[in-house]
Amino acid sequence: MTQEKPKPPEKPKAEAPPPPSPIAGFQLGALKPSAELKHGSPLVACRFDPSGKWIITASQDNALQRWSLADSKKTDMAGHSSWVRAMAFSTGGETLYSGGYDGTIIAWPLDAGQPEPIRQARAHDGWIRSMAFHGGKLLSGGNDGKVCLRNAATLAEERQWLAHDCHVYQVAFSPDGGKILSADHKGRVKVWEPDGKLVREFPIPGLHKYDTSFRADIGGVRSWSFSPDGPLVACAGITNVSNAFAGVGNPLIVIADWNAGKVVRELKPKEAFQGTMWGVAWNKAGFITGAAGGNGGMLWFWKPDQANEMFAHKLPENARDMSQSADGGKIAVAYQGGTVRVYPLAG
Amino acid sequence: MGVVRLCGSPEHAMSRRAVLGALGAGAFTGGALANPLAMQNKRVLMIFLAGGVSQLETWDPKPGAPTGGPFRAIPTSVPGTHVCELLPCTAGQIHRLALVRGINTAEDDHGKGSYIMHTGRRQEPSVNYPHLGSLVAKMVAAPENPLPGYLHVEPGGSGGSSSADAAFLGPKFGSVSISDGKPPANIDLPGTLTSGRDDMRHAMRRKADSRFLASRNTAETEAYTQTHEQARQMIAKKKLFDTANEPGKLGDSYGRHDFGRHCLLARRLLEGGAPFVKVTHTNYDTHHENFDFHIERMGEFDRTFATLIEDLHQRGMLSSTLVLVVSEFGRTPNINRNYGRDHWSKAWSIALGGQGVVGGAVVGKTNATGTAVVDRQVNAGHLFATYFRALGLDPAKKHYIDQRPIPMTDPAGSAIGEILA
Repeated sequence: MTQEKPKPPEKPKAEAPPPPSPIAGFQLGALKPSAELKHGSPLVACRFDPSGKWIITASQDNALQRWSLADSKKTDMAGHSSWVRAMAFSTGGETLYSGGYDGTIIAWPLDAGQPEPIRQARAHDGWIRSMAFHGGKLLSGGNDGKVCLRNAATLAEERQWLAHDCHVYQVAFSPDGGKILSADHKGRVKVWEPDGKLVREFPIPGLHKYDTSFRADIGGVRSWSFSPDGPLVACAGITNVSNAFAGVGNPLIVIADWNAGKVVRELKPKEAFQGTMWGVAWNKAGFITGAAGGNGGMLWFWKPDQANEMFAHKLPENARDMSQSADGGKIAVAYQGGTVRVYPLAG
Repeated sequence: MGVVRLCGSPEHAMSRRAVLGALGAGAFTGGALANPLAMQNKRVLMIFLAGGVSQLETWDPKPGAPTGGPFRAIPTSVPGTHVCELLPCTAGQIHRLALVRGINTAEDDHGKGSYIMHTGRRQEPSVNYPHLGSLVAKMVAAPENPLPGYLHVEPGGSGGSSSADAAFLGPKFGSVSISDGKPPANIDLPGTLTSGRDDMRHAMRRKADSRFLASRNTAETEAYTQTHEQARQMIAKKKLFDTANEPGKLGDSYGRHDFGRHCLLARRLLEGGAPFVKVTHTNYDTHHENFDFHIERMGEFDRTFATLIEDLHQRGMLSSTLVLVVSEFGRTPNINRNYGRDHWSKAWSIALGGQGVVGGAVVGKTNATGTAVVDRQVNAGHLFATYFRALGLDPAKKHYIDQRPIPMTDPAGSAIGEILA
């Protein structure tokens, strides 16, 4: 008689990770553009205005385009002698401020039938890469390493200081308006008092590399967006660069606590993708959107506490910029082919 | 007295060494100078912008064109001539430079393009052609010159020499690398070796060499002997490599970055008797973010190069130094999806100046978008014939390999007369 061996106790089955919970009120798993607005020159930037009436694009022919979201009508706006990457709006959206690679800031009456420059100021020696508006002040950062603070109504300079020893890629007012933030080509973030006194600085190592083969710095904070409650900032760019001059690297978003001056988390696409994260937006509903261009175009949605994305979408071509509408219900992506596509997210 | 002035002009000042060298050479060659150009202290400085610099971001801007990119054109010291705004300092030196804007080398490969721009020829399976530096080392350098005929100041690199650059001219005309602008290795005598004992060492080597050479004299053995002699002379001139001797302000003007130090060293080497110095500035192969990288690269190049031209002029060296700013090709007028420009050899530009060149001249023209040459198209054969004429050399002069005549420059390319003084 054989005795049956006792069965070893069954190991508890590993629990499958819960599927990413959908964000209430948003359809992020499938994207379809509600509008495709085509300009005749490759685009370099796009922004929704605060009122939600317009989307503004900038193109390689040195022009701006105002598109009506109601009827897709385009109005060309000429005034810069170079490309425009930096845009900011007055609180209600009545005035658009454009900052060009010509170093000039132009103020435009956005709701005019045909907007013409109402004021302009020579602001930086070299490219203006970023601008921000808060409480009647206009902030700009440029290739001269300076941060400039102006009276937005007159464009008169109130203060400027040498903030970085390389190109300033981003500037922003903190969400409460009490501080000024700047970030540069080498992935360093600096926090300033409004009078230009440095409060703290910290590096984002993932967003910069000195390529010893090509002897050049590659990286920088290409876009950023604050968390809805304010203490965190999502910084976008390129990482893992193995060949700076061919753009061989991967898009990356780094979440940083700008009050503590430390990196909190990196958000990376699950699938390998070669390119730069040109746009990032932190939605009021809590998720983060990133848009990349390089070897094609991609869009990802992340929960900020998870390293990998909830959803990924292949875009029809290289994304060069992304903007989120003020209500968080739409994003717009500017494409190298000259089209800006508007994608509804809420629904 | 350090110099003998032939006509009172500093531009025609001639070093005592050159005079003695020329006299010495005459004594050993029965009166006919082996190398008449050596007497005139002519020399060549080649600045090689490795990777393919963009002509639109330098010498042939197209602001406002769909291909123009974000940069504007700025006026220069020559009315009517504009260059890219990335060259504000160089713009003030354009009256001392000539621009060739109609180059079509029809070769978009890095290696092949580099070969063309160094040799003036396309690669052929049957013959390897010498670099311009090797040609100058053979045709311009004085035999007693203390420095190698073809010096290459380059970022990185491992030092050493490349006899392949000299091709059929023989290894002694190959390039010698000055890696990272540092003095050649072992330029200082070991502490245990006195100069007297070093002299004895070399005397013994010479004796052994002469016995060997008497029966087996080849280009290689000749190069071997010459290398030893040249190394000794370089040791004697080692102060040339110490750019710290230069006034601080001048060093600041050149720039404290690698390219600045390398160009300052190049000027010192030329001043010290080097007939050909090549300085490589890397890298311009900007398939991605061409404009950002050209801001960085041109930011180094512009001030340094303008300072170099001014410095050569102030020292009376510019009119006897042929200065070339070349690359292996240009970059596509089309801006790719990653803000890059790719390789483009069909319509691009170079700058040259100094010895034998008309300052302020512009020859060749591209169309409105920069995609094609529409006037006075030239290739590397034309450029090399021009270099030769500028140096007072005969482009048709032949070198014989086993009685086979090889013209020193491509016979199909004539000199660009419009830019020759």
